[in-house]
Amino acid sequence: MPAGPEHSNPAKRMRLFIQDLAAKHHFQPTRLLEMLREIQARDHHISNEAVELLAKALQIPRTRIIDAVEFYNFFSSTPKGRYELLISDSITDRMLGKDALIEYMAEKLRVPVGGVRNDGLVSLDNTSCTGMCDQGPAGLVNGHALTRLDRARVDRIADLIERQTPLAGWPPEFFQAEDNIRKSGLLLGRPIAPGDALKAAYTRGLNQTLAEIDASGLRGRGGAGFKTAAKWRFCAEEAETERYVVCNADEGEPGTFKDRGLLNAFADQVFEGMTLCAAIVGAKHGFLYLRGEYLHLYDKLQAILAQRREAGLLGRGILGHNLDFDIEIRLGAGAYICGEESALIESLEGKSGIPRNRPPYPVSHGYLGKPTVVNNVESFFAAAAIAVHSGAWFAAHGTEKSKGTKILSISGDCTHPGIYEYPFGTPVRTILDDCGAKDILGAQVGGPSGTFISNREFGRLLAFEDLATGGSFIVFNNSRNILDIAHNFTHFFAHESCGFCTPCRVGTSLLRKQLDKIYDGRGSAGDVAALDEICRLVKTYSHCGLGQTAANPVLTTLARYPEAYQSRLKKISYEPGFDLDAELETARRLANRSDAAAHLSQTGE
Amino acid sequence: MTKTFILDGQPIPFSDGQTIIDAALDAGAYIPHLCHHSGYTPHGSCKLCSVLVNGRVCSACTFPATEGLEVLSHTEELNEDRKRITQMLFVEGNHLCPGCEKSGNCKLQAVGYYLGMHDNHFMHFFSPRKLDASHPDVMIDLNRCIFCTLCVRASREKDGKDVFAISGRGINKHLIANSASGLLKDTDLEASDKAAHICPTGAILIKRTGYATPIGARDYDHQTIAEVSLEQEQESHGG
Ligand SMILES: Cc1cc2nc3c(=O)[nH]c(=O)nc-3n(C[C@H](O)[C@H](O)[C@H](O)COP(=O)(O)O)c2cc1C
Ligand code: SF4
Ligand code: SF4
Ligand code: FES
Ligand code: FES
Repeated sequence: MPAGPEHSNPAKRMRLFIQDLAAKHHFQPTRLLEMLREIQARDHHISNEAVELLAKALQIPRTRIIDAVEFYNFFSSTPKGRYELLISDSITDRMLGKDALIEYMAEKLRVPVGGVRNDGLVSLDNTSCTGMCDQGPAGLVNGHALTRLDRARVDRIADLIERQTPLAGWPPEFFQAEDNIRKSGLLLGRPIAPGDALKAAYTRGLNQTLAEIDASGLRGRGGAGFKTAAKWRFCAEEAETERYVVCNADEGEPGTFKDRGLLNAFADQVFEGMTLCAAIVGAKHGFLYLRGEYLHLYDKLQAILAQRREAGLLGRGILGHNLDFDIEIRLGAGAYICGEESALIESLEGKSGIPRNRPPYPVSHGYLGKPTVVNNVESFFAAAAIAVHSGAWFAAHGTEKSKGTKILSISGDCTHPGIYEYPFGTPVRTILDDCGAKDILGAQVGGPSGTFISNREFGRLLAFEDLATGGSFIVFNNSRNILDIAHNFTHFFAHESCGFCTPCRVGTSLLRKQLDKIYDGRGSAGDVAALDEICRLVKTYSHCGLGQTAANPVLTTLARYPEAYQSRLKKISYEPGFDLDAELETARRLANRSDAAAHLSQTGE
Repeated sequence: MTKTFILDGQPIPFSDGQTIIDAALDAGAYIPHLCHHSGYTPHGSCKLCSVLVNGRVCSACTFPATEGLEVLSHTEELNEDRKRITQMLFVEGNHLCPGCEKSGNCKLQAVGYYLGMHDNHFMHFFSPRKLDASHPDVMIDLNRCIFCTLCVRASREKDGKDVFAISGRGINKHLIANSASGLLKDTDLEASDKAAHICPTGAILIKRTGYATPIGARDYDHQTIAEVSLEQEQESHGG
């Protein structure tokens, strides 16, 4: 036995660390992601040793832990740098010069993109959109959001890293995230005071309040647009009495950041909406599933929850009524698919985010198989306001099929990127004028999974019945190239496919390869038709919304700009993977021939 | 009165809780499938069993049968698309059938024949995949794994073990073995386990049994997968 204190032995230290960690999380496998997050933060990877110890402590198969480590982007089985740098690879970051910047970073820090420096000090890689599109190029260092990166900032960051300055000693402005709320309407202009929605609901009666939400016409703000009141009613009517309320703050759709703004500026009202839902459906436990990229909001949100407990707005006997409810915050770990509600529930259970088979739906079989309401941040935010101001107040705005307002995240080529609230039915042209967009090529409405609209369609309306959107709105001016956009989005989906079903797992990668072939100028006549065929298969047969929309970037741009694709093709009918004529060179030399008949034309008919 | 739904114009009787595919197979109507196996928890991942239920695409292996559903399965379009999905599985892995011991007994290959697949259609991935021959009696060639999870389910549901799992995301998914070394020899798998025999492809093979049944006398050499599948279905129901 070596002398010295027992914690000087790394193996023993690891054992104690894992034991304490598991105990802190009450040995609950549902909390696996939280534990893995702490191990990653400590060791910058999750070693085999950690996997073995944790599997024993939690009494789960090691394969379940290995799967989670390999599934989530923010975990890794091989060591990352002590400073883990991830740069957001959204189209908006690219438009702000991200590609040149990451190269500069790699040079400055002497680390290849996708690699770890030899001394283990720093690693650098790309990551999917971090939700800072209004203040990019953006990134993450050890999980903490970095905004407005430029060369000067990169120089200072490189210096801080070389000096091994702890993040707490970095200039706070590097981590500054602005809300950029540019236009307030019905909801943002009239936030409620903590407790008001609950008081109004109990005064009016819970059933009447559900009727108000029904009358408001509120439809889910996460994209699918399911009626919120109907979802709550279905859940309330389930025979099983253990029920859950989940707020979906995964916000992974590139170009979306309005939930980040809502949670930073109006978290109380979002939590109030969740509590209102709990009162109506009869739930005791709620979760806020916060995307890992929003770690910077975590402490602040915990403090607000603590205040609400103090104020009697959470916990036992809320406001003196027969309502016990509390909210737990769970962090994601870098997986867009976890925004899909059933994948989110799997993730809450501590597993990888694979969408479930439906039916059954979460309202009857959700978290731990119990009835669960999953709603978007903005849906809860709106429901709380409706409880105070009435359904008629909300329904007086918007269109017949889309009541009220929608909160948008606007980014790209405009002078005032940020958060805007509009009544449904607003034409795209108005939105573009407000944000200061000029010389416009088109806009991506609803993010990569939504629709690209050209500058001939600006009369179209923001509404479920015309342009539905979860909130992403990206503007492109005429200096942008359609194929760059489709290319970035198509790579995004291939990277984010969970891999469960064949059409999406294989299809999104085929789509990426096929588009790359055309994008790189290696395509020929049949290649656009082949691209179109893959799109149709992925869209039609995929298991969940990710695969079903993954072809939209290609389909919506191909329909509008076929010439953009055609012009990249070689003017031949078929382009093989190799140069036929060159392959014959050896044979020609041996036969000592150079006549025309000894050459093969590669140009087909 | 028994309940029925309509499959390609024919009434199919079903009992409560049955999926479309189970009811169809019971009634002697084949729907192509790879990840489905009667008696196992449905998975719904390969999408070969895609059918139109009242006009919407659904997986027959997970969708519950209900009274009066209008289901279309054997249409030219659906079979053409199933062929494309099968081709996706072929190009994703490395299937060199002529050199594969499973050839003739392989469901992936048989479904390819059934759907009239004559080429791979899509570009190959040529992805490097591992081989694990460490176990004394069983070997795994991941080049041929199609992620159907039948071995995972068999080990868990039938053998009462937990030998296999699928790990990772997207196109990087892969099968892993439950041992500290990651090797099959250090798991508690035995050659008699259901999990060692359930694989529809040549990914999991029993050692020293190769070519015991000669080429020409194998499952799909003289019968289509539809015929074999329905026969096996009858046997498993003691019918
Ligand atoms: C791939 C994928 C990603 C999604 N991401 C989100 C998300 O980040 N936030 C969200 O609220 N809904 C997201 N959704 C929609 C959810 O599945 C679900 O419909 C929504 O959370 C329901 O809430 P709502 O009715 O309030 O909109 C996503 C769906 C898919 C298919
Ligand atoms: S569609 Fe894609 S993301 Fe969805 S389940 Fe299938 S593989 Fe996963
Ligand atoms: S090894 Fe065979 S049974 Fe197991 S998942 Fe792969 S293909 Fe399916
Ligand atoms: S058999 Fe139904 S999805 Fe595989
Ligand atoms: S013949 Fe299909 S995997 Fe071998």
